Amino acid sequence: MDSSVFFGISTVAYILAMITYITYIAFKKHGVGVAATTITITGFVCQTLAILLRWKEFYDISQMGILRSVPITNLYESLIFFVWCLILGYLVVEFKYKNRSFGAFVTPVAGLALAFIDISGMSKEIQPLVPALQSNWLLVHVIMSFISYATFALSFSTAMMYLIVTTERKTEASYIFWSVMLGIFVIVLGALGLDFLKFKVAGMKPEALIKSYLFKATFFSDSSIVSILSYIAAFVLLFVIWRYGYILKRIIETFNISASTLDEITYKSIAIGFPIFTLGGLIFGAIWADQAWGVYWSWDPKETWSLITWFVYAFYLHARLLRGWRGHKISVVAVLGFVAVIFTYLGVNLLLSGLHAYGGLE
Amino acid sequence: MAKSKDKNIIDRIWDFLASVKLAIIVFSLIALTSIIGTILEQQASPEKNIQVISKLFGESLAPTLYRIFDALGFMDMYHSWWFVTLLMLFAANLLVCSIDRFPSIWKLVKEPIKPLKEEHFKAIPIKREITLKGKTEKVKETVGSVLRSEGFKYSEASDPGGHQFYWEKGRYSRLGVYITHFSILVILVGALIGIFFGFKGFLNLPEGESFGVAFTKTGELTPAEISERRIIFNALEISGGDVSMAARKLGVEESHLTARMKKLGMMPLGFSIRCDDFDVSFYGRSDMPKEYSSLLTVIDNGKEVLKKRIEVNDPLRYKGITFYQSSYGIMPDSSSFLFIFRTTSKTGVSETLRVRQGEKFLIPGTNIEATVTDWSPALSFDKDGRAFTYSEMMNNPGAQLEINENGKTYKKWILERYPVTWRLQNGHIVELVDIWGAQYTGLQVRRDPGVWIVYLGCATMSVGLFIAFFMSHRRLWVRVTTEKGNTKVMVAASANKNREAFERKIDKMVALLKEGGK
Repeated sequence: MDSSVFFGISTVAYILAMITYITYIAFKKHGVGVAATTITITGFVCQTLAILLRWKEFYDISQMGILRSVPITNLYESLIFFVWCLILGYLVVEFKYKNRSFGAFVTPVAGLALAFIDISGMSKEIQPLVPALQSNWLLVHVIMSFISYATFALSFSTAMMYLIVTTERKTEASYIFWSVMLGIFVIVLGALGLDFLKFKVAGMKPEALIKSYLFKATFFSDSSIVSILSYIAAFVLLFVIWRYGYILKRIIETFNISASTLDEITYKSIAIGFPIFTLGGLIFGAIWADQAWGVYWSWDPKETWSLITWFVYAFYLHARLLRGWRGHKISVVAVLGFVAVIFTYLGVNLLLSGLHAYGGLE
Repeated sequence: MAKSKDKNIIDRIWDFLASVKLAIIVFSLIALTSIIGTILEQQASPEKNIQVISKLFGESLAPTLYRIFDALGFMDMYHSWWFVTLLMLFAANLLVCSIDRFPSIWKLVKEPIKPLKEEHFKAIPIKREITLKGKTEKVKETVGSVLRSEGFKYSEASDPGGHQFYWEKGRYSRLGVYITHFSILVILVGALIGIFFGFKGFLNLPEGESFGVAFTKTGELTPAEISERRIIFNALEISGGDVSMAARKLGVEESHLTARMKKLGMMPLGFSIRCDDFDVSFYGRSDMPKEYSSLLTVIDNGKEVLKKRIEVNDPLRYKGITFYQSSYGIMPDSSSFLFIFRTTSKTGVSETLRVRQGEKFLIPGTNIEATVTDWSPALSFDKDGRAFTYSEMMNNPGAQLEINENGKTYKKWILERYPVTWRLQNGHIVELVDIWGAQYTGLQVRRDPGVWIVYLGCATMSVGLFIAFFMSHRRLWVRVTTEKGNTKVMVAASANKNREAFERKIDKMVALLKEGGK
């Protein structure tokens, strides 16, 4: 069997797990919870197998060392690895805090990301490495970067939940912040989804889509009517999320997680992710750049964005540990940190040009 | 720090530099301005960025906005005075903060734990108190054994009215933050050393040629400087890149020439470097490059001292200067190329030939005369069978031979990557081995005496971060006193990180004490 079979199984498992976790939250039956965990673990094991198989497939084709054949060199592979880290992180939290409620949040992200990879027509072919990537630093640099991204993703979701459960009034700045943030996420994801649907119909190549068709199906449509309607729809969506945000709050309140636990998880995942990101992302990245390009730091957009991310989280840690920031203020910083992470990971590859132009969709 | 009301100006500056507020402001400013620097392409042509700006703000505003951004230094912002100032403020803040806070932390780190005075038990974050029945001596034994079983290697002391057990771990972990902060300063110092005492240049070296100078970026040059640069460059060309020879040719002192060259963006290496071969290898027959490599030879004082084939992730270092494989290209003039063929006649005579374009040669063991009439770095044929070049890289090198056999003449393309094309009409084989001298290798040349300091800073920062985030200073005091015939056990504990986990451990211990004390 090849890796794609196991990838398929894990995608289905995560989507099933999502349904089971939601059922668990609704009915709070212990058996359902155990089933949800079992399904998630099954998906995780399958995904691990799939990654290992793909690693072997890559190794057989590339004829490079085993360390250089690690399957994390294009967007497809890196997204899969990201999902893997996310699920691993979630399972650790589930066992440590004995609380399954997060599952309803994490498994949809995992399942949808994998499904998105499937329907987007992203290239899944195993590609040989361009010369600059043929280095043993690839393994440590990319893997550590992704582990830290996953911990930051976790801190993002707990910080968002913290904001959602602790805000009372719709006019509160924090309430507006989280509802707008959530709105933008939903809108961008939706618009991207529409782009991909349209591209599917038109049969265009994904790289062309990103470079020149981003949001063409909606905001930047050639037809001004579609464009105006998209803006109206986005606005309405924002309004709905703002107006009915309390429903989300009620759902999260049924999770039985105290706000202080959420705050603690946010802090802890950043405290774990930050050193890993510094070492694996920035330091190992600089050493590798020094070997491959002859400069350890060149202010290339990817480097600059990872530095921005680093500063945001450094800000978080200093504000929290030295100035004693707690509550809404600090959660907002954690959310913004993850926005910087997303931009470092995806935005730079898709929107800006630079030396790190490997992670594109081609 | 003295908190007197009438602070003098130096104290105020010190306080300002030591404040966390400044740190937070500087963090934000560096992050926010950097975002602009990633959107506007740095050191790019004005047209490019005007295009970017007009995409964001509309075409009518773009030229004005460009002028404003340009005047503020955003087109090369990471080297602009204000960004450098921000970085310096960042460094100053870090340094002053560390100096400011260090004495109190050092005191804490230097002094080992002591028994806690009774009245201080209340002020400790984690505190428990239980009363156990039984003799104090027996309770003391229980406390000792429980502490041992929980892994606390305690010390003991008796004070008037009681007996104390105390323990601590990771006192030095409090220094983690300082190691981390100090490392950032070390990295910045290393970077500064690199900027002031190193250089970054490039050198395009054709196969077979050597040169002793790398080219660096300069500011704008005056017309006089440009013509001076040309004169020096010509002298260097004639001398094969040898600076002392060029100095003799120009009739000036070598040291004077060196100084002028540095000013004009030409960095003497102190030795020469020669490119013996440049090669691109591909994955199978695809056009996907697998590796770029250059065979380089270092010539110092007229002697070949070092030979190495460099690849993208594997540079050459000599006398503190590093040569990186960075780019490559095709030479414009094909008259100097050497076409290397390996011929095998039908009778089995095999030989390697080196010929130039237009040169007639005889294929050994035959009476066939051949001439190279055309060449291509990447040959392909269109649907009508016409040859054309599809890439500027040596993807599919080919040489066109005009073959003359017994007065019959025909032309034939020989392709390096396709053995099918090597066979002539009557079975003789002409293999194209290489077109030598057709490519130049683009080398990134760098001297950076600060890089090891940067690496040292990175190493200590990793250690510092590990200590700062994954180790904590944990302290524990247990005091046993006799009270109204019973025994009171007071527990106080503190941890500067992950207090919840330590608290759970303490609670477990207290529970064990209760059981043991029954």
